[in-house]
Amino acid sequence: MSTLIKYTADGATEIENAFVFVVDDEVVPQGADIIVSLSRIKAEGEALLASGVRVGVQIEPAEAVEDLVALLPHLALVAVAFPKFRDGRAYTSATLLRQRLGFIGEVRAVGDVLREQAYVMTRCGIDAFVPADGSSAAEWSRAAGHFRHVYQTAADGRTPAYAEPGRR
Amino acid sequence: MYRYDAIDKEFLTDRSNEFRYQVGRRLVGELSEDQFKPLRLMNGLYLQLHAYMLRVCIPYGTLNVAQVRRLAWIARTYDKGYGHFTTRQNIQFHWIKLRDAPDILDALAEVDLHAIQTSGNCIRNTTSDPRAGATAEEIDDPRVWSEAIRQWSTLHPEFSYLPRKFKIAVTASAKDRTAARVHDIGLALRRGRDGTLGFEVMVGGGMGRTPFIGQTIKEFLPATRLLSYLEAVLRVYNRAGRRDNIYKARIKILVSSLGAEEFGRQVEDEWAQIDGARADLPDAELARIRAAFIQPGLEVLPAVSDSYEAARAANPALARFVRNNVSAHKSPGYAIVDVSLKAHDATPGDANFDQLEAIADLAERFSLGDIRVTHEQNLVLPHVKQSDLPALFEGLAAVGLATPNINLVSDIIACPGLDYCALANARAIPVAQSIAQRFLDADRAELVGELKIKISGCINACGHHHVGHIGILGVDKKGEEYYQLTLGGSGAEDASIGKILGPGLNADQVAPAVDRLVEVYLAERQGEERFLDTYRRIGMTPFKEAVYVDAH
Repeated sequence: MSTLIKYTADGATEIENAFVFVVDDEVVPQGADIIVSLSRIKAEGEALLASGVRVGVQIEPAEAVEDLVALLPHLALVAVAFPKFRDGRAYTSATLLRQRLGFIGEVRAVGDVLREQAYVMTRCGIDAFVPADGSSAAEWSRAAGHFRHVYQTAADGRTPAYAEPGRR
Repeated sequence: MYRYDAIDKEFLTDRSNEFRYQVGRRLVGELSEDQFKPLRLMNGLYLQLHAYMLRVCIPYGTLNVAQVRRLAWIARTYDKGYGHFTTRQNIQFHWIKLRDAPDILDALAEVDLHAIQTSGNCIRNTTSDPRAGATAEEIDDPRVWSEAIRQWSTLHPEFSYLPRKFKIAVTASAKDRTAARVHDIGLALRRGRDGTLGFEVMVGGGMGRTPFIGQTIKEFLPATRLLSYLEAVLRVYNRAGRRDNIYKARIKILVSSLGAEEFGRQVEDEWAQIDGARADLPDAELARIRAAFIQPGLEVLPAVSDSYEAARAANPALARFVRNNVSAHKSPGYAIVDVSLKAHDATPGDANFDQLEAIADLAERFSLGDIRVTHEQNLVLPHVKQSDLPALFEGLAAVGLATPNINLVSDIIACPGLDYCALANARAIPVAQSIAQRFLDADRAELVGELKIKISGCINACGHHHVGHIGILGVDKKGEEYYQLTLGGSGAEDASIGKILGPGLNADQVAPAVDRLVEVYLAERQGEERFLDTYRRIGMTPFKEAVYVDAH
């Protein structure tokens, strides 16, 4: 099982990834926590959610997170995919999950997930990472928390510079 | 001017340290060039033909004295003694070593400068009016809004990996000195009927290989709602902009394929779902930013300075300089001075160490310490007492910066071209110089009047050739440099894309062709018409016939 970095206000920790990603034409394994595609959850959502395991959905860059709105209360996590680290659509997906759809479960970055993007990912409300570059939790934490100040509101709820008490 | 507080300074320190760490990772091979490239680009570092190029951000084209002195020091210490001001009001250094880049960023941060987002697929430096705060023409000070955009866009987490680069301009006068209509977003300040402040929002302008003039999607956006509206535009673009083809990834392609009306509708739909209380800047912060731009030190002066009038009458060179480079200031007795970086034998936009030092000294003595950069690659000293103009003129002349050619035929925009750039097909700088040489007669240049020539060394159009009254595009034809001329472009409030004159010319033929175009104009013009006006009235044919007469 791959390593997963969980990020909280206290920093980053490495935990075992309990979820298995099941591709669309594969049979769902019994008893395992699973991540499936948007099309699969649309087609088989009722059965999967009734099976007693935890279920997550993976959103590809071109897919709309809004399609998940009815399912969100039942999902353990939403994985946002970065097929290439340069593809920034998942930042909007994560932001909308947090700010517009009110999702409070795990939002997980999967794919070409690199430490250099830890800061922007965290700010968009992503709180779990499957790094593709072998980053440790400590390295991830350092990268994500590097900036003492932020200039704009975002899904992480950090206080922007203009609202800091020390602003002159 | 806006002054960085402890928060802004700590931010730059953090950014500089982060980049030092990333360069370290690259130098020991922990990052591949592919992984490192977007990181260095977002810190303004390009790999060019001969060396790294570092593009330093000059937020909305404003500099103070300490900053100009630091740029001069960097030019001398890390470059070959000069810097190049760009068409986006930034400055770039062309001879940088990768290992020096973190030290340079530290040196910049000490004077509140940086290279954040001067490249990469993110929101770039906001273009604004170099006469902001000095001209009576403006509806409001565009720097206030540009600074708000600077902060909002700096390391914006959602919009740091856009389909392509993204450029915003803020203009505040009827006369547009920002080329707003060829930006991804052009914001034109307007007063509503009830006196409130707002923006006309234009989207989808741009140059490159498919030029477009921006189209208005909102006639009047209440100014206080700016950031939420920008968020809506950027979000629609981030989601729907093409990522499969770099040449079709700019917002202009999305706006063109959807149609401006449909794009605007999608933005409105998105905007309606954004919580303005979260996304818009609080009034108190806007007031804080606004207060920073109130200009101290302007004295109450008589509208006319007798000593200046006498000096101008006695010195024809000063009089010529004033005619071409000096404009009215909002405060009586003051003037706005354009400093041309287009001497006849110079590279357009270049300033050497001595010139930068001199500009800093002269701004300190004569312009309340304020220096601006124009998108036409010149500088502006915005707050000069008329009585100081003779001394300023002498000071500029001493370092070769008193060229009296603003908006004239030799005030040419040119990209670095094949002399520096890895993308270029042809040289741009020598072509600019050959045209300037051809129009050395200053009386004739003044007789011709406003004529904007813009030269790009390749189809990426960094030299804005599409919007030149005369545009010149360098192309490569079977290993030879050729130049394609266009007529009738404009990047100003009357924006338009130029049309191709005819077959390409070789480098030696360009300046004579410009000469012939000018002769047609001088023969045909009526009244106060500029070259552009005459072209628009009489059309392409007489110009084309004059240039290609030998080919018949």
